Formats: sequence, C-alpha cells, structure tokens
Amino acid sequence: MLTEPRPIRLKGRSFLALALTPELPLDDWLVQLDHLASRSAGFFLRRPIVLDVQGLDIERAELRDLVSQLSKRNVRIMGIEGARSSLLGPDLPPAMTDGRAASDVEIPVGEETEKAAPVESVVASVPTSAKAAPSIVVSQPVRSGQSLHYTEGDVTIVGSVASGAEVVSGGSIHVYGALRGRAMAGTMGNASARIFCRKLEAELIAIDGFYLTAEDMEPGLRGKAVQIWLEGETIRAEALS
Amino acid sequence: MGKVIVVTSGKGGVGKTTSTAALGAALAQNGEKVVVVDFDVGLRNLDLVMGAERRVVYDLVNVIQGEAKLTQALIRDKRVETLYLLPASQTRDKENLTPEGVEQVIASLKSAFDWVICDSPAGIERGATLAMRHADVAIVVTNPEVSSVRDSDRIIGLLDSKTLKAENGEAMEKHLLLTRYDASRAERGDMLKVDDVLEILSIPLLGIIPESTDVLRASNVGAPVTLADGRSAPAMAYFEAARRLKGEVLPVTIPGEKRGFFSKVFGRKAA
Repeated sequence: MLTEPRPIRLKGRSFLALALTPELPLDDWLVQLDHLASRSAGFFLRRPIVLDVQGLDIERAELRDLVSQLSKRNVRIMGIEGARSSLLGPDLPPAMTDGRAASDVEIPVGEETEKAAPVESVVASVPTSAKAAPSIVVSQPVRSGQSLHYTEGDVTIVGSVASGAEVVSGGSIHVYGALRGRAMAGTMGNASARIFCRKLEAELIAIDGFYLTAEDMEPGLRGKAVQIWLEGETIRAEALS
Repeated sequence: MGKVIVVTSGKGGVGKTTSTAALGAALAQNGEKVVVVDFDVGLRNLDLVMGAERRVVYDLVNVIQGEAKLTQALIRDKRVETLYLLPASQTRDKENLTPEGVEQVIASLKSAFDWVICDSPAGIERGATLAMRHADVAIVVTNPEVSSVRDSDRIIGLLDSKTLKAENGEAMEKHLLLTRYDASRAERGDMLKVDDVLEILSIPLLGIIPESTDVLRASNVGAPVTLADGRSAPAMAYFEAARRLKGEVLPVTIPGEKRGFFSKVFGRKAA
C-alpha cells in the first residue's frame, strides 16, 4: 500500500502587531524614538512591528535605510503597510494590507514590564480562517430600509432580505429565504467569503469589495438557490442543486 | 381597555383612509364602540370620507395643545351611533403633534372606546411614526404592485423597531390588507399575485379588497363603503376583514377566482 505524502499545511491566521508610523523628517523622528526607547527600554524587543508608511513621501533608498536604522535599535520590521509596490523589493520586508485598527497603545514609561498589555493594530497577514470566525444568526426577515452590519464574521438569516435592505458581513452571508436587497460579504478584506441564498433576486452582491449589480448577474440564476464566491477578481455564481 | 389599531402603508394613495373608515364603520355596525382618528395633520381626508367635513369644530391638534377638550373634538357619526371621528387639523402642520400629547389622547380614547383606529399619513416621518407609536395592532395596507410592497416592507420594519411595543420587546401584531386587487390584471401579470405579496411581506393576511368603483362612489358621497352599500364586493370584503380583526377565523377568498355561482349572482354588482 502506498502512503501518500503528507500535504504541506498552509493556513490563514491573523496576529496582533504594533503599527509604527514614521514621520518626516526621519532623523528627528528617530531621535524621538530613541528618546522613547530610553524611557522604556526594550519596549520594541520581541514584538512584531509593522511599518505604516501610508502617505509618507519617501524614496526606496531612504526606506531601506530607515529599516536598517530601526533594526539597529532592535526594532524588527515584519512588514510594511501602505507602501507603493515600486517602493518595495526583495531586500525589504513584505507588503501588508487590510490591517484593522485596534485601540491605541500606551507605552509604559519607566521600566519595561513583561506583562504590559501591548497591542494595537490587527494585521491580517492572510485571510482569517473560517473556523475561528464568530457568527450571528438573525431569525427574522431583514426589511426594506434596514441595514444589518456584522463585520466580525458570518451572518446567517433565517428569512428573506427585502428589496432596499442591506446585509454587510465580514465573513460569509447565508440567506435561508429570498435575497432581494444587497449582500456584501467579506467586507473586511476576506476574499474567501461567500454568499449563499435560497432565492437570488438581489439588487447587488459584493465580496471583498468586488461587486455585481442585478443587471450584470446571469439571468439564468435569478430566482434560484445560488452560491456566490470570488475567483481572483471575478465574482462567480452557480446554482445549488 | 380598547384596542389601538394603526392603519399604515408607507406609500400614499393605497387606501389607508378608505380602509380606516370602512373597517371602523364595519366594527361599529356590530355594536362596538369605535373612534377613527385622523393623523394626517395638514392633509386631512378622513372627515370627507366619513361625511363629517361640515361638522368639524375642534381637531386633534387643538386637543393636544389644550385648546379643546377631547369630548368637544369628537364627532359622532349620524348613521351609526357608536362610531366617532377625531379629525386632524388642516391648517396646522405635523410639528404640532407632540409625543406626550399623542400619548395622552390615545390613552383617554383607549379607556372610552373598544377600538381606536388611527389613520396614518403616508411616509415614514414624524406623523407616521407618531400614529404607529402607541398601537397594539397594525394594519398594513398594500396594493399589489412593487413600489407599494417595498414601502410596506419598510413600514413593517419600523413597526418592529419604532413602536412602544417593539421597544418593550413585545411582538407587534401585524396584518396585511391587500387593496385595489384586480384578479384579471394579476393573471395577466400586470399586478403582483396574492401569493407573491404574502411571500415578500410574510405577515398574516387580513383581507383582500377588490378594485371597485363602489369605493370611489362611496367616498364621493361621504360614506364609508361598508355603510354606503353593504352588499357591494368591497364592503363584504371589509366586513370579513373586521370579523378577522376580532379574532374570527375565516378563509380568505381571492376576488375573481371563484368563477361560479357567486360571481354570476354578484359579479355584475362587483364590477
């Protein structure tokens, strides 16, 4: 009997990291950082840090220099957020996207305490795994004009979503009834989110920001039980048998 | 303690006022003490449909502002003595309706009448939300066409969130009254069918009122259709709806679907 080789395990998972936002001029900013580090020594030690360079007017060489300057100060950069792709290269940490804001961090002044609550910015390195996602169940119809927002995870509706109603979910959307309004799944940057409904009459559907209006939907799927997902940048739909 | 009913729809012109008058008169003809209240401040109509427009002295706004007593503003119907009207003001605007004032008026009416039927203005603004606020039961009037159905759906959502009952975590009793129904047009696909409307709105059906010139004729002579011609098709449908409102279980007949003996006998009249 042949033994199959074990497949390599690859899973999405999200972690907390500190987002550090440098400001120009960089020299002054580094002086301030040194000042902070002198007050709470080792604060950045062993903590994953993401460099947020959104809106920062900086050249590639400067960025590389900044990263090495930080590295000298024991600030290890695991990724760079908000950088143009031309700014990054194999010699720099990878780009990170879809970070979700968390509460601000208070930097402990004085001695550094191991248990000082860090944390701060949630960085989803890859889409969050479905099994870890929370979910809600709504057991009444979503009426016209109502808007149901649940960005933490999946939404299940036992009932219909009326024309003029809207469901926004961070995860997948399940409608055990007719979907006549708008359904937006994976809005926090989850491209693997799906939309399921028992009867597709939707005005608009969207997954991870990619959307399709009623006019662009395949007419053959109207009125059918359908699942909708994202393939690359294309919204795909097929009837559930 | 009486029951407070709001007759509402979201969309205008679907038959709220006609239905308020017809149901009020139908209930009163069976000896129940009924008051119909016009909440459409600024665009009042219920007095006309009730044929009481020449007897209005004080109105709802006068009562709320303390300029008149409730008993002074109530108008007793000349045909049915247990039927009363509380008219709306035509000259004031909706801003004169205060939540506290409405609450007081409804509370006093509730203690004096078996049924308090509030005719809501169209829309989802102040007048409409105040009319529904204190209701025990809602009648959602809908025409079998898409815009009316969608507006009704919106109103149902508000009934489940903006009323006192909803805020206290209680379920609001809601009934669908499908008006201006024309079976032949529904068959041709010009109108939504009964099942389609019920599927979309998913609330119990109180009755189906057929499209009929009797309704217009009754309005023009200032009489609720249930008083003008009790044998007409819409009047009979309203009588049945009133009985269901009192809790009777009656099968709902879809007008025009029975092409047998009854339509031969009553068909001409109902046309």
